[in-house]
Amino acid sequence: MSTYIGIDIGSTCAKAAVLGDNKEIVCKIIRPTGWSSIKVAEDIIAELKEAGVAVDTAKIVATGYGRVNVPYADKTVTEISCHALGATYIFGGENLLVIDIGGQDTKIIEAVDGNVADFLMNDKCSAGTGRFLEVMANTLSMEPRDMCELARHGADTTISSLCTVFAESEVIGLIGRGEHKENIAYAIIESIADKVISQATHMPIVNKRIVVTGGLCDYDYLIEAIGRKLGTDVISNEDARYAGAIGAALFAMRL
Amino acid sequence: MNNLNLPEVFETFSEQRKNSFIKVREYRDKGTPIVGAYCTYFPKELVTAIGGVAVSLCATSDETIGSAEEELPKNLCPLIKSSYGFAKTDKCPYFYFSDLVVGETTCDGKKKMYEYMRRFKDVHVMQLPQNQEEESFKLWVSEIKKMAARLEDKFRVKITEDRLISAIKLENAVREELMEISELMKEDSPVLTGTELFNILKGSEYRFDKEELVEELKRIKENLIEQSRVITDGLKSSSRPMRILLTGCPIGGVFDKVVPVIESNGGLVVAYENCNGMKNIANPVLLEGDLYENIARRYLDIGCSVMSPNKNRMDSIDSLIEEYKVDGIMEILLPMCHTYSVESGFIRAAAKNHKLPFISITTDYSSADSEQVKLRISAFTEIFNG
Repeated sequence: MSTYIGIDIGSTCAKAAVLGDNKEIVCKIIRPTGWSSIKVAEDIIAELKEAGVAVDTAKIVATGYGRVNVPYADKTVTEISCHALGATYIFGGENLLVIDIGGQDTKIIEAVDGNVADFLMNDKCSAGTGRFLEVMANTLSMEPRDMCELARHGADTTISSLCTVFAESEVIGLIGRGEHKENIAYAIIESIADKVISQATHMPIVNKRIVVTGGLCDYDYLIEAIGRKLGTDVISNEDARYAGAIGAALFAMRL
Repeated sequence: MNNLNLPEVFETFSEQRKNSFIKVREYRDKGTPIVGAYCTYFPKELVTAIGGVAVSLCATSDETIGSAEEELPKNLCPLIKSSYGFAKTDKCPYFYFSDLVVGETTCDGKKKMYEYMRRFKDVHVMQLPQNQEEESFKLWVSEIKKMAARLEDKFRVKITEDRLISAIKLENAVREELMEISELMKEDSPVLTGTELFNILKGSEYRFDKEELVEELKRIKENLIEQSRVITDGLKSSSRPMRILLTGCPIGGVFDKVVPVIESNGGLVVAYENCNGMKNIANPVLLEGDLYENIARRYLDIGCSVMSPNKNRMDSIDSLIEEYKVDGIMEILLPMCHTYSVESGFIRAAAKNHKLPFISITTDYSSADSEQVKLRISAFTEIFNG
């Protein structure tokens, strides 16, 4: 049996997915990237080895912003191509619009039969990314996931700054004004969804399955908010955080 | 045929801007008129006709942007800020040795910047109309004549018909040679890379002896063909590289983080539809009829986004796609370049028409976004190479 490994070194988390001959997922792991992508790459391969994966004979493709720091990879492929392929594997369908919300950027990818047809990504700005969510949750002294769920119970509050730094002071202003926590959480999630939408609407959404990949894939209320704003169904699932790694493993099958 | 060491030649051209710092001083000491210009719309023939040297002042480094921002707003295009910064701080020898600087009313940022520059330099601004209609053409002819009179007056040289004809012939010859080298990229396996082509195009702007330049370009072209180089070896590609048409803003200041990255990721830039390439070298000045009108026509037809509407750019892109067998279109924009940024939608539509992948990348002269730019470029070439 052959083994195909995809390693996705993201800005926040490093993921690995192992596929067998029939494209079945044999194993997947995730851990924080930490300060050194080289170290996390080494840790991941050691962990896979321990789990019994035949890493020595495996074909390996690395992706993510730390992809060049995976010395044992046979090839590197950008996370844009990997998310297109990985999302198509996870969700099926020949016409996908993939919204990959990552730690430091958000990418909108049009995937046709698993191949990238077009893509957009945000510039040097953390608005609408996982980092934005993290900073805001920290300001509210909450876990990001709890904050996202709390937002479900809020309403009628907005923050207008897109810049993380300015938005943080806006949130502090709301706290100072005595605004209810759920309303502030609501405003934060709305802000992220709005930013994602403003990017996504540059791409064709008609007749597309719209899916969310990346680290915020199981933040249900955020996914709902994006769907509500787009006026269409948006789906995701827990495996979608591995879309990049799975895509990389699928690329490894082509080696 | 004397054999040229082509890599060395390309290297010389890529260093030409620096290497001519001393040259420009020598010309100046000999009393040769030196005229600095910023834009492709500048009619070089007029300077050649007075026996002068026209030099490109368009700045490409972020070194002086800080100084420029002491006077200019931060949210202005980096090309304008950098150019003004070099002028103001006297860090550009070409600006320093220019007897006269010529600007055109191309974009809003530039034309207002020239008003500041006027305070410490002799600046002549040509009123560039913004379409190719008859009234605009008449205005541009009169601006060209005004420019000629200004040069005659300042340098006390008469632009006779003979001088003008020789100048037109010489500038046409330079354009033709550069065009012929560019056209080598039409081949299925080109003998030079887009990086090498750019070095020739850019470096030629800093060659002041144009007759010598024409001869050298001829030799380079012959050598390129004779030596039948295989350049795809140096490119990272298992199969054939993705042939890319580069369009948009001038790329002198962002070249390093774009073109070499394309060419080390499975792409090959086969044509430059911008000021560094086609806008500068396509179309000769005709010799039959009124010479000033012919000069005006050649330059007014440039498909810059300051023109409205700008059909010429779209036509040029359409034909380049066919002629150069383009696989993908990459548009490079400088931030705050409103005209090119707005026009981007038309380029995207053109790409869609031709069923080609398209990407628009906005980037400035800093290295802050090098990694993001690299990611976009890699992902774009992966569309083709899989």
